Amino acid sequence: MEGAELAGKILSTWLTLVLGLILLPSAFGVSLGISEIYMKILVKTLEWATIRIEKGVPKESGLKSSASVGIIQRDESPMEKGLSGLRGRDFELSDAFYFSKKGLEAIVEDEVTQRFSSEELVSWNLLTRTNMNFQYISVRLTAVWVLGVLVRYCVLLPLRVTLAFIGISLLVIGTTLVGQLPDSSLKNWLSELVHLTCCRICVRALSGTIHYHNKQYRPQKGGICVANHTSPIDVLILTTDGCYAMVGQVHGGLMGIIQRAMVKACPHVWFERSEMKDRHLVTKRLKEHIADKKKLPILIFPEGTCINNTSVMMFKKGSFEIGGTIHPVAIKYNPQFGDAFWNSSKYNMVSYLLRMMTSWAIVCDVWYMPPMTREEGEDAVQFANRVKSAIAVQGGLTELPWDGGLKRAKVKDTFKEEQQKNYSKMLVGNGSL
Amino acid sequence: LGSRASLLRLYHRFRALDRNKKGYLSRVDLQQIGALAVNPLGERIIDSFFPDGNLRVDFPGFVRVLAHFRPVDDDDSGMRDPKQPEPLNSRMNKLRFVFQLYDLDRDGKISRHEMLQVLRLMVGVQVTEEQLESITDRTVQEADEDGDGAVSFLEFTKSLEKMDIEQKMSIRILK
Repeated sequence: MEGAELAGKILSTWLTLVLGLILLPSAFGVSLGISEIYMKILVKTLEWATIRIEKGVPKESGLKSSASVGIIQRDESPMEKGLSGLRGRDFELSDAFYFSKKGLEAIVEDEVTQRFSSEELVSWNLLTRTNMNFQYISVRLTAVWVLGVLVRYCVLLPLRVTLAFIGISLLVIGTTLVGQLPDSSLKNWLSELVHLTCCRICVRALSGTIHYHNKQYRPQKGGICVANHTSPIDVLILTTDGCYAMVGQVHGGLMGIIQRAMVKACPHVWFERSEMKDRHLVTKRLKEHIADKKKLPILIFPEGTCINNTSVMMFKKGSFEIGGTIHPVAIKYNPQFGDAFWNSSKYNMVSYLLRMMTSWAIVCDVWYMPPMTREEGEDAVQFANRVKSAIAVQGGLTELPWDGGLKRAKVKDTFKEEQQKNYSKMLVGNGSL
Repeated sequence: LGSRASLLRLYHRFRALDRNKKGYLSRVDLQQIGALAVNPLGERIIDSFFPDGNLRVDFPGFVRVLAHFRPVDDDDSGMRDPKQPEPLNSRMNKLRFVFQLYDLDRDGKISRHEMLQVLRLMVGVQVTEEQLESITDRTVQEADEDGDGAVSFLEFTKSLEKMDIEQKMSIRILK
């Protein structure tokens, strides 16, 4: 009996603390500054750790690498130069050298495959999962690491799981309740309140620190918001600062429950799996949604898949054919505190969330950008590329023309044909041999 | 075969390409590299990793092929023990690598037919059959010295003796 009483007391104190320090402030959008203090301590600790590592590792054996530079020396000259010729020159046996070298270079390192795995860190951040090349340095560092493990798994993880649980339950219950009300401005206001509160709770469940820049460009009603995609958490990050109508497939399980509850309170655009294949239907429904100026802006991730936040891949043109104003948003995570990238082939949703909750924190920057519309004479693909470049520049990401679908599918033959065309032009140039 | 650091880099790359963590690579793993799939000689390059009908390549095999592209260091050449087998990245072996891209049936000679096939890979559908045949004829004629209508390895090396192979066929791994 005593044990149960004690446990009961601890649980209730715990819950009251959580309520007072986290839940209530979330409802009012106020911050008590606890997470700021945590972040400061964290930053100091990581700086200390970095200095210790740099002192400890002898210069020649350290494998310092920078993910953006690449591991091989590349000769980026175009095909003409690489084949040492002028146009209309004849075929040489040595032409094969150029292609084989390019091919082998691609095998050693290519731009695309590396984007589907987590970014390598320049210096270790005291998480085992990012410990690729670092060896034992000193007792103190190991002690700090052990302390870190304890703090993360025994203190932070239970707290975060509790918060997440509360957050999601509140969302489902809240939206269902609000959904019962008749349509009115009260309903909209309440629905916004519920959404915002629950999102803030969930963000705290991840110890998220988000900086929003240029809030004056926040997406307006009747527009479409596009952003680069790194993980499902992107959605959470954006909805903490404003309400959006989401677009996507209806899932089963927990996600499905959340989706169905949310759509009662405010009109999201959920599709059945079969409907997703019909592009015209999708476009039609989205067009209808934005035509209604009172409806919330749609949130779309045109890459179609999660990329590891070092680059922006091809934007699918579908979202850009709908018309309307596009509000681009760039999201960049700071990998030092926790890797937010969801490698869906490696981790399923639950293990991904656990990884998130046992990282130090999720720190990211969100830049809202001035709205863009399609210009005269610009087709959807060009427009998509224009928006993509803008986002890449703003977020400090590399821009790649490749399709994110390469994660799962083979590349289209049309690209190979382009290479063949270029080569043939060189050979046969003026039409004479 | 390369400094320890470069070897480690290649090992990480091997692991990254091995998506299902099988411990070896199959053709499909290499075919999924976008930049390789669009390379006109992509399939041939992949072939060089799977000699003799093998379906798998392990890490040593992977490195052995890539070793052909190690830059030739000047300090190696004088000190080499002549009794030891030639290093994989010697000029001769680099040439042999490319020769084998052409020589499909590995009979030591590039026949006219094989030449035509490789050319066709490189140009796709952009060039007509007649044009391709005349390019092939000309190339074989130029290189063929003993008049057997095919290009042997010796004839191949001779026709490329002035070429700076080392520079064209080297990949330098940054520290």
